[in-house]
Amino acid sequence: METIVFSLLNGVIYGLLLFMLSSGLTLIFSMMGVLNFAHASFYMLGAYFAYTVTDATSYWFALIFAPILVGLVGAGVEKWGLRRVHANGHVAELLFTFGLAYLIDEVIKIVYGRNAVDYRVPEALDFPLFTLYGAQYPAYRIFMLFVAVAMLVALWVLLKRTRAGLIIQAALTHPHMVGHLGHNVPMIFMTVFGVGCALAGLAGVIGGNYLVTDPFMAAYMGPIVFVVVVIGGMGSLEGAFVASILLGLLQTFAVSVDASFADLFGWIGLSSATEVGRITIAQLAPMLPYLLLVLILFVRPRGLMGEREL
Amino acid sequence: MTDMTQDYADLAPSASAKFYGRILPILLFALLVVVIPFLGPSRTMYSLLNVMAINIVFALSYNMLLGRCGLLSFGHAVYYGLGGYCAVHAMTWIEAGTSPFWANFPVFGLPLVGFAGGALAGAIIGWPSCRRAGTPFAMISLGVAELIAAAGFMFLSFFGGEMGVSGDRMNGPALFGLSMGPVEDVYWFMAFWVVAGLVGMYAFTRTPLGKLSEATRDNPQRVQFIGYDPTRVRYLVFIAAGAFAGMAGGMSAVNYEIFTPEAVSLIPSGFVLIMAYVGGIGYFVGPILGAVLLTFMQSMLSDYTEAWLLYLGVLFISIVMFAPGGLAGIVFGVAHTARNGETGAVLKRWGGQAAGILLALAGLIVLVEVSTRWSNGYGEIFEPFGLHLTFTNPLTWVLIVVPFAAGVAILRRLSREEDPA
Repeated sequence: METIVFSLLNGVIYGLLLFMLSSGLTLIFSMMGVLNFAHASFYMLGAYFAYTVTDATSYWFALIFAPILVGLVGAGVEKWGLRRVHANGHVAELLFTFGLAYLIDEVIKIVYGRNAVDYRVPEALDFPLFTLYGAQYPAYRIFMLFVAVAMLVALWVLLKRTRAGLIIQAALTHPHMVGHLGHNVPMIFMTVFGVGCALAGLAGVIGGNYLVTDPFMAAYMGPIVFVVVVIGGMGSLEGAFVASILLGLLQTFAVSVDASFADLFGWIGLSSATEVGRITIAQLAPMLPYLLLVLILFVRPRGLMGEREL
Repeated sequence: MTDMTQDYADLAPSASAKFYGRILPILLFALLVVVIPFLGPSRTMYSLLNVMAINIVFALSYNMLLGRCGLLSFGHAVYYGLGGYCAVHAMTWIEAGTSPFWANFPVFGLPLVGFAGGALAGAIIGWPSCRRAGTPFAMISLGVAELIAAAGFMFLSFFGGEMGVSGDRMNGPALFGLSMGPVEDVYWFMAFWVVAGLVGMYAFTRTPLGKLSEATRDNPQRVQFIGYDPTRVRYLVFIAAGAFAGMAGGMSAVNYEIFTPEAVSLIPSGFVLIMAYVGGIGYFVGPILGAVLLTFMQSMLSDYTEAWLLYLGVLFISIVMFAPGGLAGIVFGVAHTARNGETGAVLKRWGGQAAGILLALAGLIVLVEVSTRWSNGYGEIFEPFGLHLTFTNPLTWVLIVVPFAAGVAILRRLSREEDPA
C-alpha cells in the first residue's frame, strides 16, 4: 500500500513534468509539422538558466525569468533558423533541430562544464510537507505538482477560452485562411515556437533541481518525450497528456517492483538461472517507454488520440 | 501520327557515357585504394585510412535509406553494432575452433558475417518500423535505437556488458597471404571490402528495387498506382541498408577486435547521419566525401581542440541551412558552372562567399577557443601567433567581434545581390 501511494504520487509528478515537455512539442508539431528534436535541449537550457539566475538573485526570479529567456532563444531560433530551412521540407527541418540539439549540448558543456552543477531546491521549499506511513514527503514535489497543474490550466484556458487561442487553433489547420484574414501567421508560428520552448524551459526550472542538472539531461529526456508524443498521437494535446501520465506512472511503478522475469513467467518454465529469467522489472523500467512505443505502433499506429495517420 | 513513335534506343545513354559515368569512377577509386600503400603512408595514416574505409561503407549504407529512400533514421548504428557483434562472436569462434566450419573460416571473410547479421537485424526490426515513412519512421528508429542500447547492458552473453566482447584477428586460415596482424595487412583487408561495398551498393542503385526506392521517396502514391507496395519497397531497402551497415560493423570488428554496447547507442547513429548529410545525400559519392572529411576531422581536429564537436555541429547546421546539397553539391555546382563558361561573375561571388565564411569562422574560433580554456579552469590561455588572448583582454573581443561581423556582413550582402527579392 505504502509503495503504491508513493509511486502514484511520484508517477503523477513525473508524468506532469513529461507533459510540460511534450505539450510544447505537440503544439509545435501540430502547427508547423516539425518535430523539434532540440526540445529537450530547451528543457536543459531552462535548468541551466535557472541555476545562473538563482545564483545571482533568487529561485523565484528564476521561476519567472528563466522560461522567458528560453522562450526568447526559441523564438530567435525559429525566426533566423527554422524559417529559412522550412523551404527545404520537413526532413531538413528535423535535421536542423537535430544539429541544434548537438550545438546546445556542446555550448552547455563549454560554458558550464561536463559535470552536474549544484542547482538545488530552494530553502523555502526544502522541508517535509507531511508524513505518510512513517516516511516524509518533500514539499518541493507538491510544489512541482502545483506549478504543473497551474501551467496545464493556463494553457487550456489560453487555447480554448481566449481569442488568441482561437486564432492559434485556426492557424494550426488553416494557416492560409488565417493569413487572408489579416493575421501575421509567421508571427503566430514564432510565438507558438517560443511559448513551446518556454514551457520546456519551465519544466527544466522545476525539474532540474528535482532530478539532476548536467549536460546529459537533454539526451536522457529527449527520446522519452518523443515516445510520449508518438504514443499520444502526433499533434494531440489530450493524447500527450494521457500518454505522459501513463508513462510517468508506468516507469515509477516499474522501478518499485523487484520481481524478475523468472517470477513472472515461471509457469511457462522460465528458470531464474537463465539470462532472461534474471532480468527484473526494475531493470526494465528505462526500456518500458520504447517497448510501449513498439507495441502501440503495432496495435494502433496513429497513437492513442491521434486523428490522422502521418 | 507516325512521329509519335519514338526510337527509344536513342534515349538510352551510349556505351561510352555509361563507361565514363558508371564504371570509370569506380575503377579510379579502386586504383587510388591500390596506389596509396605505395606512397608509403605512416602507421597513423594507415589506421586513419582503415577507419575511413569503415566509415565510407557505413555512410553509404546510411544513404541507401536517407538519400535514396527518403527514410530518416536516427538508429542506423543498431545494424552496424549488431552486425559487428556477430562478427566479433564469429572471431572468438574462429579462435576457439568451435566447429569445423568456424575453424576453417578466414577472418578476412568476417564482414560477410556482419552482413548477414545486419540483414537479419534489419529484417526483424524493419518489419514494424517500415510501416510508416517520414517523421514517424524517424521517431520509431530513435525508439528502437534506445531499446537496443538499453538491452546492450542487459543481455551480457551477447553484448558483453560494459566490457564488451573482444576477439583476436590473427587466427584461422590466412587468405591472400595476409596474417591480419600488422596494420598494413588490415589495410588490404579494408581496401578489398570498401571496394566490394562500394560496388555492391552502387549496383543496388541500378537494380529495379533501387530505382523503386527512389520512386517511393519521391511519390509513394504513384508507386502504389503502378502496382508496387511502398511499405514493401521500404522494408526491402531497409534490410539491404542494414546488411551493408552490418558489413561496416564486421570491418570494424576486425579493425578494433572489440565491440562494446556504445556501438549501438545514439552517438554513432548521429555521427553517421552527419557524415552522410555533410557529404551530400543527393549524390552517390556524397557520403564518401563526408566520411573521409569527418573521419579526418575526428582524428586530427580532436588533437588540436576540445571543442571539435562544436565545430562539427556548426558545420552540420551551416550545411543544412545554406548548402542542402552537401559537399558533393558544392563540388558538382562548381564543376557545372566551370563547364558552362559563366565563370567570371560566379568566381567573384564565390570568392566573396569564401572570404565571408573564413572571416566569420575566424571570429567564432577565437570565441570558442578562449571559452573552452576559460571553462576548463586550468589557467591555460589561447595563444595563437604569439598573441595572449584572455577574456579580459580587449584585443580578444576585437578579434571575436570584428571578423565575425565583417564575415556576416559580406555574406548578407552577397545573398541580397543574388536574390534581390
